[in-house]
Formats: sequence, C-alpha cells, structure tokens
Amino acid sequence: MQYMLLLHADENQFAKMTPTQQQEGYAAYLAYADALREAGAYVAGERLRSASTATTVRVKDGQTQVLDGPFMETKEQIGGYFLIEAEDLDVALAWAARCPGARHGVVEVRPIWSM
Amino acid sequence: MRRLGSARDSAESLADRIARESYGRLMAYITCRTHDVAAAEDALSEAFTSALQTWPATGCPNNPEAWLLTVARRKYTDQIRRKDRQAKSTDELRLRVYDLDQVPIGEIPDRRLALMFACAHPAIESWVHAPLILQTVLGLDAASIAETFLTSTSAMSKRLVRAKEKIHLAGIAFVVPEKAEIGERLDAVLEAVYAAFTRRAHVATLANKGKDDLAEEALFLGRLLCDLLPSEPEVLGLLALMLFSQARKKAFRTQAGDYVPLDDQNRALWDWHVIDEAEAVLRRAHIVHKPGRYQLEAALQSAHIYRLRTGHNTWSDIVLLYDELCRLTGSTVAEINRAMAVAEVSGPSAGLAAMPAGDKHIAGYQPYWAARAELFVRQGSPEAARHAYEQAQALEPDPAVKRYLQKRAEEIRKT
Repeated sequence: MQYMLLLHADENQFAKMTPTQQQEGYAAYLAYADALREAGAYVAGERLRSASTATTVRVKDGQTQVLDGPFMETKEQIGGYFLIEAEDLDVALAWAARCPGARHGVVEVRPIWSM
Repeated sequence: MRRLGSARDSAESLADRIARESYGRLMAYITCRTHDVAAAEDALSEAFTSALQTWPATGCPNNPEAWLLTVARRKYTDQIRRKDRQAKSTDELRLRVYDLDQVPIGEIPDRRLALMFACAHPAIESWVHAPLILQTVLGLDAASIAETFLTSTSAMSKRLVRAKEKIHLAGIAFVVPEKAEIGERLDAVLEAVYAAFTRRAHVATLANKGKDDLAEEALFLGRLLCDLLPSEPEVLGLLALMLFSQARKKAFRTQAGDYVPLDDQNRALWDWHVIDEAEAVLRRAHIVHKPGRYQLEAALQSAHIYRLRTGHNTWSDIVLLYDELCRLTGSTVAEINRAMAVAEVSGPSAGLAAMPAGDKHIAGYQPYWAARAELFVRQGSPEAARHAYEQAQALEPDPAVKRYLQKRAEEIRKT
C-alpha cells in the first residue's frame, strides 16, 4: 500500500533556528529520505515553501475565486510530505516515527486511495 | 444476547452453540485474508441464516464450521463480484476472491488473536476496542453492545462501522506482534476485555440488574486469551481477577438491591469453585515471575478473600501489594485503597496521611470522599466525616451506593 506522510509544523520554529541548527535539520531530512530509498519505500517527497506563499482557489457558480494565504490559518501548517510504500499501517507508522518532522511537529499518515 | 447470525428459534440453540466458538474463528480466518471486516460479517451472517434454514431439514452437518466457511466463502465471492460489476474490476478484488478460494476446508487455523490485536490497534480510538472485539470475535450485534456501554444503538453502530472502515482502508495488519513488542499491544487487548467485564458492574449498579451483562462474554474472551497466550502472566492475571469478581457476584447486592461492602458480604453466596479456579490461574501466572497490574489486582482479591475466610490478618501484605500497584500504575484509585489498607495496619490518622493530595481532579471523585469519611469516623472526627459523606453522596450516580452512604452518615448523627 502507499501512504502519504503529511508533515505539519510551526514554520516560525525553523526561522528562529541558528544557521547551524538549520543545516542539521536539512541533513536529518536528507538522511531520512536516503533511508527510505535504501529500504525501497521512497516514492516521492518534497519540502514546501512557507504558508505565507500559499494561494487558495475555489470555483463558485462558475466564478474562480483566488485568495491569498493557506486554507486554514493555524499555527501548524503543512511544510512537506513523503509518499511512501509500506506493507501495512504499522510499517507506515514506524516510518512516520523515524521522520524528523515527528520530533518538531506532527506527522499525519494517510492511506492513498488507489484508483 | 442476540448474535448477528441468529434468526429463527428452531435451530437457534444449535447455531448459537456453534456461533460462540466458530463465529470468531471464521471471522478471524476470513478477515485475516481479506482485511474487510464488514464484508466478512455480511458473508458470515448470510451463512448463519442459511444454516438456520437448512439444518432443521437436513440435520446438522458433520463439520458445521467447514459448512459455514464454504457458504460464507461463496457469499463473500458473490458480494465481491457484485461490487466488481458496479465498479471497475480491480486486480485487488480478484486477488482477494482468489485468496479466499484457496482456503482449505477442514482444519481452520485459529486467527482470533490476530483479529483481536487488529481491533485493539492504537490507530483505532481506544473507546471502541472493547465493542469491536465483542462484535468481531463473539458476533454480538451493536444493540446488545450499546446497551452495556450506555449509548444508543445508532451511535454505537456508527463508531463500529467507522472502526471497521479504518481497519480496511488504512491497512491495519492482522498479525500477532513479535514477542519483544507484544507488551503494549497486549495491554490494549486486555484493557478491552476488562472494560467489557467491568461494564457489567456499572450497568448492574445503575439499573440494578445483572442478567443482560457481558461478564460471561468477557470471561470467554479471557479464557480464550489464556489458551492462545498461555505463557503471558498478565493474561492469566486478568482471568484470575475476573474470576475472583465473578465468584462474589451474587453477594454484591442485597435482595433489595443495596450495595454491600466486601467485609459485610454473605460468604455463603460466594462461589468457592470459581474462587479455587481463580487461585489456580493466579498461581500459574506467578510462576513466570513477571508481575503486572492484573496479577497484583488479582493477588489483592486473593489476600482479601483469605483474610475473610481464615480471619488471619493479611493487611500488611495488602499494603505491600498496593505499594507495587501504585508504583506500576500511578493510579489514584490504587492510592486511595492503599491508604485504607494503611489505616488497617497503622490506624486512621496514618491512613488519612497516606491519602493522595486533594487536587481539583480528585475532589470530584466519590471514592476519595467516601474513604476519607470512613477514616474520619474511625479517628473520632464526626464533623469532618459528615462533610466528607455529604460530598461523596452528591457525587455518586448509583442510587444503591447513595443509599449506603446516606445510611453511614446517619449512623454518625446517632452517635
């Protein structure tokens, strides 16, 4: 099965870190992605630009509405994702627990709806 | 108890007998392969209905379980094919039918443990663990479970449907965890079984009845777990604990439904065969030398029963057992009970000093006030006792216990 790991975190925390801490942060994510690849579990993964760069779009009565900002103005925002291949939920949860994002935020694990 | 599979009176007793053992076994076997609890339930329900229609005419087949599995398999395949025609066929669906078709009829391996672990998975909200196990392993319908868990049938159904959907769609595994990591996961299973058992006490006290409870079902699950995990001491501890309680069930209340504290219970009403069984199970657990919450609680029951049976003073042992239980669980209830035991050994003032500090949380807890009231009485502080009894009465939802507390408070007034 495929699972999406959605990484929610407080973006301000990253901004407050020293350059060395930020470097260590990057390194942890790179190592994590490598571990996923080595295990054959990696499908995709990216970091997202901050929520302040988000734009929402909805179409109402044929009219496209475009708004500045993320869908929800919460302290924690989605900051990135990993799409992984795992045998079952326990395996996916174990990968989520190893993700650096689980230490400075919350990782939401969602099964992919395969069509 | 109504089961999902039963429909007609004539063959019902036969089907019911088979249902208790076979329902969960068949359910576990099918769902471990398909991961689809709801579809397996539908198929099994149809198979049991078929049995009720067919068996009275043809007689019970030699191997009723195999008969039911064959029918359930066919019903399941039909279901999948129907879905297959509606939606675009997927390889996954075809694979699942194929998988189930490969099931050898005959010896059906027991996968109920894996099913229970799936039901008590941390990804399922813990409140639903017990209802889900009762439904999948024993085939109880949502209405019977809802009654015991003091909620509406529709609310219970909704929670159960959601949990089954999650098991299916989120890919929760049907496996027994490795020995190294079984501990925490097993706790959830034991907690679910014990929740089903203690619901009995709650329902019995509130509605003043004891018939329509799930105690027998919980005991069945407790025994089943002992068969499946014979060397896990906490599994044995839980069964012993439930047996100790079940043995004294008839003495919990007077005929009028009034609450009777342990020391005043009529011991002629205790079932000594069940107590002996509990002792034997507890001894088996102790051999492993791995104490745990359920073993300690069972040992406490055993110490109390020994004290009342023989007149020997076992209170210092009881304090030691509570020390260990408090250390292990950090439970407020255990701390309060420990303080009561301390009072028996070193007097009421020592007991009051051993009571947990009265924070906001504990101030809303009836047993805290009832226990303090009791100790104030013994200490000779009637004012403080009266106040504590009033607090306890106000917090108690069960009219029988409320009456008992009132009676105690009135006794102080007289003296």
